[in-house]
Amino acid sequence: MAFNSSDIGAFENIWVFCEQRNGVMMNTSYELVSEARKLADERGSKLVGLLLGHNVEGLAKDLGGYGADEVILIDDPALEVYTTDAYTKAICDCAMDLKPEVILLGASNIGRDLGPRCAARLTTGLTADCTHLDIDMNVYTDFLKKASTLPEARYEKFDMEDVNLKMTRPAFGGHLMATIICPRFRPCMSTVRPGVMKKAPFDQAKADACVITPYKVSITDADLKTQVMDVVKATKKIVDLIGADVIVSVGRGISKDIEGGIKLAEQLTDAFGGGVVGGSRVTVDSGWLSSDHQVGQTGKTVHPKVYVALGISGSIQHKAGMQDSELIIAVNKDENAPIFEIADIGITGDLFKVVPLMIESLNEARASK
Amino acid sequence: MRIYVCVKQVPDTSGVVAVNEDGTLNRASMQTIINPDDLVAMEQALMIKDATGCQVTAVTMGPPPAEGMLRELLAMGADDAILISAREFGGSDTFATSQIIAAAITYTGLNDEDMIFCGRQAIDGDTAQVGPQIAEKLNLPQISYAAEIKKEGNEVTVKRMLEDGYMMIKQQTPCLVTCISDQDSHPRMMSIAGINAAYKKPYTVLDFETLKDEPLIELDKIGLKGSPTNIFVSFTPPLKGIGVMLEGNDKKTTDKLASMLLEKHVI
Repeated sequence: MAFNSSDIGAFENIWVFCEQRNGVMMNTSYELVSEARKLADERGSKLVGLLLGHNVEGLAKDLGGYGADEVILIDDPALEVYTTDAYTKAICDCAMDLKPEVILLGASNIGRDLGPRCAARLTTGLTADCTHLDIDMNVYTDFLKKASTLPEARYEKFDMEDVNLKMTRPAFGGHLMATIICPRFRPCMSTVRPGVMKKAPFDQAKADACVITPYKVSITDADLKTQVMDVVKATKKIVDLIGADVIVSVGRGISKDIEGGIKLAEQLTDAFGGGVVGGSRVTVDSGWLSSDHQVGQTGKTVHPKVYVALGISGSIQHKAGMQDSELIIAVNKDENAPIFEIADIGITGDLFKVVPLMIESLNEARASK
Repeated sequence: MRIYVCVKQVPDTSGVVAVNEDGTLNRASMQTIINPDDLVAMEQALMIKDATGCQVTAVTMGPPPAEGMLRELLAMGADDAILISAREFGGSDTFATSQIIAAAITYTGLNDEDMIFCGRQAIDGDTAQVGPQIAEKLNLPQISYAAEIKKEGNEVTVKRMLEDGYMMIKQQTPCLVTCISDQDSHPRMMSIAGINAAYKKPYTVLDFETLKDEPLIELDKIGLKGSPTNIFVSFTPPLKGIGVMLEGNDKKTTDKLASMLLEKHVI
């Protein structure tokens, strides 16, 4: 029978596309499996990891340790290196056959290449870069009570039996949140922002119990239109903004002494006991920092324990990437800079004067402990 | 040979974002700009035009005022422009939007040497979905996150960026490429001659009547009704509590900061 995405009763189970590169599982896959475990429990359905690659069976059991009941393993030489063509074909052929109700992917450069292509082929909707997912309406309503300013009267209009995947994402730099549903088609598909979902503790017993189901797909040369000539790992150390506990970011305020400003930011991370230097869009667009340093809507979304904004005015697009940091410290010459609206601690002043004093004070305070 | 460049007019989110009481965006109060990544796609296409003399066509879907944006792109150096505009197309999500743009490109014609360029993503929705979905609907290969694009005959070589490096990809045309900014692709300015020429260049409006016989234009796949995704609820997050502004900016101030950080066990 032909695949029909509007026959929604025929679909069951929650799938997570578990992205690996070069035989190494992406951390996002564990985050996603952990989060999807809760959704599967809410829905009373099975959680299935979808693992594609070549000679990657060894990665499968670990997914069980984070909550997957089963891993569908599609092992094929054509899947060794990511290509849109091969991966789309494998996922869509398998999904058309086994009909999952939900497919989640990490919103990596690969997930965001693959997700839209698969959704279009499966004739279903896809919601990009989600930061929150719910199925159960009670759980969703509890989330709204905490995370929204919606009047409670609004909740009375909800159908509490609704079982659509409710996919919540920021729009316009977090000024607005939207919960999206895909009510008429299955699977419900979503890409999920890396670093947002929390990884569950690893459970060895669950890993041992995880069922691995090999699945064969047919990928021929005719399916592959793209030729990958080379995969190059960045030679310089990649800036790990997402994993950092402390981020000191610089903005337009360093323009009078760019090198000096970046150096001060580095020294300040040291004073915090280690951290990473980030930058606003202007610092990357102007070539002062490479793009892997960029925090913001078009860069990385971060939530470190401490975020220090030096000479950053706080555009919406920047705030979108850092406003969920646990503690935000801002230094800016302009007392009316929007960054102070979201800062926990603000200092009005020239960063070139204030930061050296900050470094001194922090070092003294740490020494006095 | 022709390069279609898909562009979108978006609210300028680096300025003030105004939200209506019902939680929807107050678009009328916001400035509109050409989506920044789309300008990069236009620049990439114009660089290939500089080298090969190919035709560059700017395409957008939107309301009639989007003409102003298309005229700017003609002034930058595009040869012609297409506005896809109809009430039937309104309210489209990415699935429906890509369906309509794919239909418009099929209607206009796509030859073996041609390419379609898009920006990586638009700053209003940040989905990055329309490009790959146009490719799927036209059964074309896609290369997303492209930083460098070189074309020789029917072959393109693209540097496709990953978070931890890049891939070099070789691809036959026709194909679709989504572009990200890199050091060499700063969008050029409009020239005076370009501005003068912008109103003389071919400008086409494709409405529902014109496109309705295209196989991709199915009423259940376009517009609000043809969009698989719907907004369930939109809301504004609660404001964060007001922080502390420290007095002064001397050593006493930074000492105060350090003691606060000690108390919070941050250092």
